[in-house]
Amino acid sequence: MAIEILMPALSPTMEEGTLAKWLVKEGDTVSSGDIMAEIETDKATMEFEAVDEGIIGKILIEAGTEGVKVNTPIAILVEEGEAVPSADTAAPAAKQDAPQETAPAKAPATVAAAAPVTDTTPDWGADVEVKPTTVREALRDAMAEEMRRDPDVFLMGEEVAEYQGAYKISQGLLDEFGAKRVIDTPITEHGFAGIATGAAFGGLKPIVEFMTFNFAMQAIDHIINSAAKTLYMSGGQMGAPMVFRGPNGAAARVGAQHSQCYAAWYMQVPGLKVVMPYSASDAKGLMKTAIRDPNPVIFLENEILYGKSFDVPVMDDFTIPFGKAKIERAGDDVTIVSFGIGVTYALTAAEKLAEEGINAEVINLRTLRPMDTETILASVRKTNRCVTVEEGWPQGSVGGYISNVIMQQAFDYLDAPVINCTGKDVPMPYAANLEKHALLTADEVVAACKQVTYR
Amino acid sequence: MPPKKAAAKPNVSAEELLGHYREMLLIRRFEEKAGQLYGMGLIGGFCHLYIGQEAVVVGLEAAADEGDKRVTSYRDHGHMLACGMDPKGIMAELTGREGGFSKGKGGSMHMFSKEKHFYGGHGIVGAQVPLGAGLAFSDKYKGNDRVTFAYFGDGAANQGQVYETYNMAELWDLPVIFVIENNGYAMGTSVVRSTKSPSLWERGAAYGIEGEEVDGMDVLAVKAAGERAVAYCRAGKGPYILEVKTYRYRGHSMSDPAKYRTREEVQKMRDERDPIEQIRDMLLTGKHASEDDLKAIDKDIKAIVNEAAEFSKESPEPALEELWTDIYAKVEG
Ligand SMILES: Cc1ncc(C[n+]2csc(CCOP(=O)(O)OP(=O)(O)O)c2C)c(N)n1
Ligand SMILES: [Mg+2]
Repeated sequence: MAIEILMPALSPTMEEGTLAKWLVKEGDTVSSGDIMAEIETDKATMEFEAVDEGIIGKILIEAGTEGVKVNTPIAILVEEGEAVPSADTAAPAAKQDAPQETAPAKAPATVAAAAPVTDTTPDWGADVEVKPTTVREALRDAMAEEMRRDPDVFLMGEEVAEYQGAYKISQGLLDEFGAKRVIDTPITEHGFAGIATGAAFGGLKPIVEFMTFNFAMQAIDHIINSAAKTLYMSGGQMGAPMVFRGPNGAAARVGAQHSQCYAAWYMQVPGLKVVMPYSASDAKGLMKTAIRDPNPVIFLENEILYGKSFDVPVMDDFTIPFGKAKIERAGDDVTIVSFGIGVTYALTAAEKLAEEGINAEVINLRTLRPMDTETILASVRKTNRCVTVEEGWPQGSVGGYISNVIMQQAFDYLDAPVINCTGKDVPMPYAANLEKHALLTADEVVAACKQVTYR
Repeated sequence: MPPKKAAAKPNVSAEELLGHYREMLLIRRFEEKAGQLYGMGLIGGFCHLYIGQEAVVVGLEAAADEGDKRVTSYRDHGHMLACGMDPKGIMAELTGREGGFSKGKGGSMHMFSKEKHFYGGHGIVGAQVPLGAGLAFSDKYKGNDRVTFAYFGDGAANQGQVYETYNMAELWDLPVIFVIENNGYAMGTSVVRSTKSPSLWERGAAYGIEGEEVDGMDVLAVKAAGERAVAYCRAGKGPYILEVKTYRYRGHSMSDPAKYRTREEVQKMRDERDPIEQIRDMLLTGKHASEDDLKAIDKDIKAIVNEAAEFSKESPEPALEELWTDIYAKVEG
């Protein structure tokens, strides 16, 4: 049967090319691997090999022809004794151009991660006993509980075992679980993030501690290219059930290379889930959920919050679902949306505002991806005003994304433009006075809330 | 313990020995003062002291020439003092003041001096290694015979970018001296807990890079090795590795309780291998200096350090406008 030889695409960007030279003529016998023609692409001159065996029945495009579209028939290959079909039957119109792209299915929503319906049930029942716990202890307890529950969970990172963690988050874990499951690594973030991701492909559930997220920059290739994308690239066959965790954002006076919030960076990546807890109960409930989640989870902690104490429910198995924001304080004059340490500023601001008769509702997002936009929207529809609060930089911020969601889905409810309170648009300075100014303050949040409420 | 080498180096001049003594003592006293200021809350954040490692930079700087470059990690105060940066400007950077080398904006870990060819002060472990090779690349490109010292720790030696750099540095014959300051520990991880190939300089062989191990508590040995390395690099033969065996007496940073080693281990080093004491002994036993001469030097150094500390307290905080400067370089024309 006659076979059409089509103009090949010889580079990822090639749409058309020049058929520079034929190295065969009509009547020649070719077999697989024989070079038939030279084709100039947008980048180079390439040799074009035969794939099938046969006789060149007809050359359809003359040598020297420019602008030959990819997939245009350029020759016809026939078998011994076979007649050459006529050019028009051999080249049906549909094949003249590159195959028509079918329109992609519509994304589920205009916003990236589909949000669950507003769920305002409290994290634990009113009759449950609570115990004051630091964020540090809560994180450790969550990891320990999950390690007891699932032998495939292990922790690796710099100084996590013998030193008990540079910030003492893994205190006691080596003693309980041994060196097989609590593993000190050399200072090789790119390497051990890759090894952990491979271990996750292999069926384990690694928890990778970065001493701080600043150092995850060494490993960001594996976090994004290997961990986040593999489920998709493998058509759902395999992924990376793992947690990347560690302190994120500014500590105190540690300068530009050690003081950066990565929330907006990771929130951008489909395939990652991104958690940023505020309180100890958030930390505990979300960490347990993160470890069980079959996806790579970025868990952004905060050094300043580690030592803060909060009530944590005394329960056998306390978890908090992803994608469920918490209303830390109810109010109806203005909605303040924040996450992580930003909630501290939001709550302080809300108290100050209350003294002036402005009743702010404070939403603690807890997870940035998936993001509980329903809770934000429901609140904005009530207050008609919104201020977002985060420590990161303004351009490409979490608040910028939230503003977009509100604009698209609650535009008619807004009585004022949304204001994003962020860290200043500068690398973190070391000097005490400058650092103070670079960081977000509760007063700035108060001022923004007054601006949107026209007070 | 190796015997003290007092008599073993007869042909070193008194002048040279006194110079090394002074410079090492300046670093030690400066660092002790920085520790005090940290305790008083005048220095914040991370502060990594160089006490114990003084012979490394003093020996290597003695082998360097004007125009040679250096780059290192966050444990950088000693390197800056040894290459001639003003102690006042260093201390004022530690306190975050306008008079600091980075106007107070960089801090202990991030300081630079173009004038002294000191390219930082880097907070990300290992990052300075390719940067150092890049500095060497710039010299080779321009066609001069300057060399670059790229200092990094035993912990940093396990970062992948070090080996990517080794490969290119040798491939392109870059005039860079890789100085591994092996002080035995990366934070709380001893070398043997981080690698099964503990001879760090020998890893260069895989890339065809020559090198050697050096006693980093002996300033004269360091200087001699530095001269070999510099001669090799300046001759255009490519990179060279010096693994300098040294020891830090203090914790990793001010907040490190250093429970991963015994007090005896530290004390033994101080008693038997201290780089400053070794030179002091040499000066006294060789009758190059009297106790009084050395006391006079001590006094002198103390005055310099006190002056730096005073300056660092009196220099004002940077103006608030500085928050917004130096983010972008001005586009000319
Ligand atoms: C990429 C990166 N990972 C981790 C850290 C945290 N950290 C700072 S210093 C250090 C130990 C480095 O040890 P070494 O290279 O031996 O140098 P030394 O401190 O002994 O001079 C670690 C883990 C960091 N700054 N950068
Ligand atoms: Mg070290």
